[in-house]
Amino acid sequence: MIEFSFINHILLPPLLKGVWITIKIIILSAPAGLVLGILIAVGRVYGNRIISFLCTAYTTFFRGTPLLVQLFILYYGLPSVGIFFSPFTAAAIGFILCSGAYHSEYIRGAIQSIKKGQMMAAEALGMNKFKAILYIILPQALRRAIPGCSNEITSLVQYSSLAYMVTCIELTGAGKIIANRYFKYTEVFLVIGIIYLLMVSVVTKFLDMLEKKLKIPGLG
Amino acid sequence: MPEEKKIILQVEDICKKYGKEEVLKGISFEVRKGDTKVIIGPSGTGKSTLLRCINQLTIPDKGKVWLEGEEVTHSKKSINQFRQKIGMVFQDFNLFDHLTALKNIEIGLIKVKGIKKEEAKKKAIEELRQVGLEQQANLYPAQLSGGQKQRVSIARALAMDPSVMLFDEPTSALDPELIGEVLEVIKMLAIKGMTMVLVTHEMGFARSVANEIIFMEEGKILESGPPYKLFNNPKYERTKKFLKKITELYGESDEKND
Amino acid sequence: MIENFLMIYQALPYLFKGSLITIELVGGALFLGLIIGIPMAVGQAYGNRNIATLISFYVWIFRGLPVLVLLLLFYFGLFTLIKINLPAFTAAILVLGLRSAAYQSQIFRGSIQSLGEGQMLAARSLGMSKLQTIWNIMLPQALRISIPGWSNEYSILLKDSAVTYAIGVMEILTRGNFISTRTYKPMPIFLTCAIIFLILTYGGVKLLTLLEKKVRIPGYGFERR
Repeated sequence: MIEFSFINHILLPPLLKGVWITIKIIILSAPAGLVLGILIAVGRVYGNRIISFLCTAYTTFFRGTPLLVQLFILYYGLPSVGIFFSPFTAAAIGFILCSGAYHSEYIRGAIQSIKKGQMMAAEALGMNKFKAILYIILPQALRRAIPGCSNEITSLVQYSSLAYMVTCIELTGAGKIIANRYFKYTEVFLVIGIIYLLMVSVVTKFLDMLEKKLKIPGLG
Repeated sequence: MPEEKKIILQVEDICKKYGKEEVLKGISFEVRKGDTKVIIGPSGTGKSTLLRCINQLTIPDKGKVWLEGEEVTHSKKSINQFRQKIGMVFQDFNLFDHLTALKNIEIGLIKVKGIKKEEAKKKAIEELRQVGLEQQANLYPAQLSGGQKQRVSIARALAMDPSVMLFDEPTSALDPELIGEVLEVIKMLAIKGMTMVLVTHEMGFARSVANEIIFMEEGKILESGPPYKLFNNPKYERTKKFLKKITELYGESDEKND
Repeated sequence: MIENFLMIYQALPYLFKGSLITIELVGGALFLGLIIGIPMAVGQAYGNRNIATLISFYVWIFRGLPVLVLLLLFYFGLFTLIKINLPAFTAAILVLGLRSAAYQSQIFRGSIQSLGEGQMLAARSLGMSKLQTIWNIMLPQALRISIPGWSNEYSILLKDSAVTYAIGVMEILTRGNFISTRTYKPMPIFLTCAIIFLILTYGGVKLLTLLEKKVRIPGYGFERR
């Protein structure tokens, strides 16, 4: 039933092309989403009324609506008002915006869990708010946010499959094309499933190593 | 007769309200170079708030603060420049948890004063040595005892070369056996001539280092004067009562009474 | 501009029917996840090594695979393989439910383990069997503690329900897409879909918060710091 020659010669090459696209998406979107999350979280906690409101509105929208709807708006909706993105770009932007919102919630929680005394001590030394946030608050908050943010990044690895729905042919898309052509859905998607499990495991291991490296006694 | 010492810190008519509660009702005093002023009083009388109003961590509703002749409260200069010259030591230490003891002291020097890393490290090690903790330079706050943490935080404030040091109940969060090491350091500072304002419950210590004791009650200064006068011959009955209660609770230090 | 609003107004009943489908999807999946997830949690917390490992494996697979891949695998692959012809809607509830079970089991397991041993010891010393203790003592508390995590699961499921578009379930997004291909006005339609999801998400979470308040035990949570 499972023909290995099919898998090796017909299935794998296009799948590996798809994997490469998936990897590109993740390498681009994961760090960018994290940075966006930091900016939004800082804006929400330390910004003035307007900035804080905008950040809250952003988070509310991107966490309250499905990623797929956001992707559709970016790829199918925007052209009607004159903005055209390629499938890859639309997918990447969607992932960055969406994961940015989730990261910002984890980071915001972490920032708010830092004792007020840290900010007071920094200001007492003469640091302005910006320096205090950059050198004192964020180094601690980001460490505390690592579990949540790691979770979000592994989640991104899985949700990258939705890029296929806006015609960006990453791993899942490549598989569906082959499966459609040869009617071998079970084999194809089992192989795809295994590849995703592998990717998730690799990313999780990597993030765990990162967390160990950044560990400070007594923090977190 | 030594010439009159320079006024380092002047505080005039500081008032602060939290909601409906008036915490500070017009506090005024001055601190001259080398003075050690100790503020005492029942809990909740706004002593901590007063200290934070001096370096504007809390903005007073009314009143003015002068540092070495320059007005702090309505200045065009950024408050951060004044804060560099006012050292503050907190009850909860507030060491930066993600930095080693050494880096805690360096960071103000590097990021606020703009001193180069090499120089900052040298100065930081020297400050740690002064408080007896150079062996602990590379430990993180979580690895230090309470007394060690407070000594590092004193070193951190001193490294900025402040004109005046503010201590907000520096030993209240410490286990009894650790209090002594911190008081030693503060005493050493006083002997060296540092200008200080100290809020504390340690009466024995206050008596031995203070040249003036200020008794605050209900947001106002009730009376003030040199230790021997306040302890032996206070003007008000309430002062006497408070001192008696506090001395019973916290005990005298091992210093000889004057 | 007005014509946009008119079009949306006309589309609402159609989208509303889609909302009902979505709610049924989410409700069904949550329920399925609950009745599978609780036994799995109990199995992991109190079962022997083999059971726990088996459950961990299930969780690893169903949490590690993307929703889209699971849906495609089951609907186009596995179900046709075993010659079952399930309608997309049913297949979707099944797949989403099995996945939710994996997540919910971890929520409940965390809650059960956070209760500590003490209560189990006390109950056993009174003579209760393990099963009785779990049912009467541990679960009532664990379930209450789990409500915030469960509410999170609701909002995640709600958003994942949109992915069932890929297998043709007539939920909100599928219908929205249908309309937009006919009216050539994707922007207002998809934004409307987004707003509908927003309402369902935050409305649902609000309801669950009310539920949490209602079942709260006075004074609870003080010691667990």
